[in-house]
Amino acid sequence: MPINYIFPDFEVRRDQDRCIACRACERQCANEVHRYDEDLKKMVADESKCVNCHRCVSLCPTRAIKIVKTDNAFKENANWTGTLISDIYRQAESGGMLSTSMGNPTPLPVYWDRILINASQVTNPSIDPLREPMEIRTFIGQKPDSIKRDENGRIITDTTPQLELSVPIMFSAMSYGSISYNAHESLARAATELGTFYNTGEGGLHKDFYQYGPNTIVQVASGRFGVHKKYLEAGAAIEIKMGQGAKPGIGGHLPGAKIPADVARTRMIPEGTDAISPAPHHDIYSIEDLRQLVFSLKEATDYKKPVFVKIAAVHNVAAIASGIARSGADAVVIDGFRGGTGSAPTRIRDNVGIPIELALASVDQRLRDEGIRHRLSLIVAGSVRSSADVVKAIALGADAVYIGTGALIALGCHLCRTCYTGKCNWGIATQRPELVKRLNPNVGYQRLVNLVTAWSHEMKEMMGGMGINSIEALRGNRLMLRGVGLNETELRILGIKHAGE
Amino acid sequence: MLKEGFEGNRIPSGCAVSGIFSKSGERIPGDKIIKSIAIMHERSNGLGGGFAGYGIYPEYKDIYAFHIFYNNSRAKSESESCLEENFEIASMSVMPTRPIPEITDSPIIWRYFVNPKKRSLEESQLDELEFVARFVTKVNSNIDGAYIFSSGKNMGVFKAVGYPEDVGVFYKLEEYAGYSWTAHGRYPTNTPGWWGGAHPFALLDYTIVHNGEISSYDANRRHIEMFGYKCNLLTDTEVITYIIDYLVRRVGLTLQETANVIAAPFWSTISRCSEEEKNRLTYLRNVFAGLLINGPFSIILGFNGGMMALNDRLKLRSMVVAEKGDMGYVASEESAIRIIEPDLDRIWAPEGGEPVIFTLNGGEQKCR
Repeated sequence: MPINYIFPDFEVRRDQDRCIACRACERQCANEVHRYDEDLKKMVADESKCVNCHRCVSLCPTRAIKIVKTDNAFKENANWTGTLISDIYRQAESGGMLSTSMGNPTPLPVYWDRILINASQVTNPSIDPLREPMEIRTFIGQKPDSIKRDENGRIITDTTPQLELSVPIMFSAMSYGSISYNAHESLARAATELGTFYNTGEGGLHKDFYQYGPNTIVQVASGRFGVHKKYLEAGAAIEIKMGQGAKPGIGGHLPGAKIPADVARTRMIPEGTDAISPAPHHDIYSIEDLRQLVFSLKEATDYKKPVFVKIAAVHNVAAIASGIARSGADAVVIDGFRGGTGSAPTRIRDNVGIPIELALASVDQRLRDEGIRHRLSLIVAGSVRSSADVVKAIALGADAVYIGTGALIALGCHLCRTCYTGKCNWGIATQRPELVKRLNPNVGYQRLVNLVTAWSHEMKEMMGGMGINSIEALRGNRLMLRGVGLNETELRILGIKHAGE
Repeated sequence: MLKEGFEGNRIPSGCAVSGIFSKSGERIPGDKIIKSIAIMHERSNGLGGGFAGYGIYPEYKDIYAFHIFYNNSRAKSESESCLEENFEIASMSVMPTRPIPEITDSPIIWRYFVNPKKRSLEESQLDELEFVARFVTKVNSNIDGAYIFSSGKNMGVFKAVGYPEDVGVFYKLEEYAGYSWTAHGRYPTNTPGWWGGAHPFALLDYTIVHNGEISSYDANRRHIEMFGYKCNLLTDTEVITYIIDYLVRRVGLTLQETANVIAAPFWSTISRCSEEEKNRLTYLRNVFAGLLINGPFSIILGFNGGMMALNDRLKLRSMVVAEKGDMGYVASEESAIRIIEPDLDRIWAPEGGEPVIFTLNGGEQKCR
């Protein structure tokens, strides 16, 4: 046995009593795990190809299949874990970087789970959202420093462009190419029905989706794929992507295999070529350059579109956000280190960047200390997993959140973390037509609408419980939060008290 | 026993409020407002009471009246040297009080009639009101044991730990008369024993008496602190006072607009308005989103020349308003109005978020 042999992570357990050899699993698995053995007259599996995406498990008509973690183990070692040993075998063999997908799965602290929400008792009545209005409408954009009146003393109500969100949840940037046409259609239609926004990512905007422009945020990233005047004008807002939480400091690489003709046309690159986004924008080497790009985009769109700047949550995030606030941007998007990705080097994803909760708290406080928090909106991303996370994010100071992974899970993603292979059995992170068609956008968009609707109901219940009936009264309301099991430094950065205080 | 404002301690409270206003400027003696607030005794628990009177210092009407609590003589000498450096002092004396067994543990209370020194004002490059407001904020945050609890012209705040009717007797309110009075009886859910925590809260001539607990407190505090205010006392009422000062004096909103910000109409209501009104209300909600006050409150805002009563947007606290001739009345309960004026022309309960504004001699419905 060669030394780089890696035992499969999973076992495909098939209950032969239940299996009727219908071969559905074989047809469903793009990884070619299952096959029918004519000699044995039964289904067999090659576990080395299994990514544990549960496609076969979910579609087996007799529930004959389950995927379990293998109990084959290296000798126990708290330092040299099995994963690390296997990684070294892989790299010793290939000489390459390790690739992975989706957000950081390591057991680093999840601060959301260490924060608890308040509720009213006695001195302040809780409010029943079934009986009273409960408002979560949110505006994204700059707020003026002073008011102006006309000659009759009426307030002049013109403002810089604002996005109006019926619910403070938007769908994160995920490019056409990294995800499928049907996934994009689901997101675009859901955003439209919900009165919120989805984000094109750095893949351009497919011609079929211009109709959803009023609910689209178009992204301009370092590769400038698919960027042209009509594209900028099509969206409701423009987002300059400077960084991504899953891979701060590096660019992107969409392999040619995920670039068929349709994706190529949308990106404005030749079919089958690799789409490489540089690590920096080569016209932005400093904050003054960013300001120029912000205003170039505003000029190009006649100052009618808010411009967002998205950055990864890194150590100096508060100072960077403060610079962005002074760059003319209408919103800053902070993407935490647990944010998802279609593809990232494993070591970068798991070791670079900081948690979104801490980044959000320090950015919001820094902007307030400088008296400029109202000059731009603060949007956070990077693993907002539930309505409770949204409530906590807003109470820490966010105006709105982006959800990416959560939205994909609603579409069927099982977080197998192999998007980079392009063989997504759920029709999401793939361009293979036979796989893409598995995701029905009529169903997909409804599931996204359901998810966000369900979260809104939950948010309203929590707000009502706190005696709050308007989202603006929750925003930055850190007294509504308490930490549990956090040390003093963590509490200070989060700007919250410990439970019991 | 936890003191509010110290070590981040914040204490919620329930309360009673009352206000009397003479639109013709008739001077109402202080014992009348005592009678009104006293009947709502059950709504207080003896841990705070206070009054604000307007038009009470006609002899010093163009001079700022500072009422200051000192915990000790060091705080007093430190504050006075600060005061002397920046202000011309026209008169200073110990606050006239009457020792009574119901009111104990009094701090040292002094009253000063002052105007900013011309040179200090010029050097500051601020307008006079901003200069005075910053001075008050500075003393209250920086001098340990000193607290300026009243700082307007021709008006004054009188407050203490105790039932409001006793506080009125303690301060000899029967010796004062003014065209406008507000009063407050407090029911905090703790035992702060801190005189500064009683209502009204005041900055310049704005005073607030407040019944309620605002659930938006920290959102409001963190927003208003961006503009140089310091919420040292961690009470809801303090933050409301600063919000009103900011919106009215610094931004220049009218009282009606201010009410539309702090007790904003629901989006469903706004959607039914005319296009122009919709734009105006949407603008105010969007631009001043951080200053929307949520949770139950009834407040009476006093200012030179007027008074505004306002309920939260859901009307989660009781408040009634009445009129009799030139007189306007506001109170948590009707009984507090009937006890001083049984025969009213009109009495009604304003809707949530609907401001009721009384002004002197038909004056404009805005402060300054």
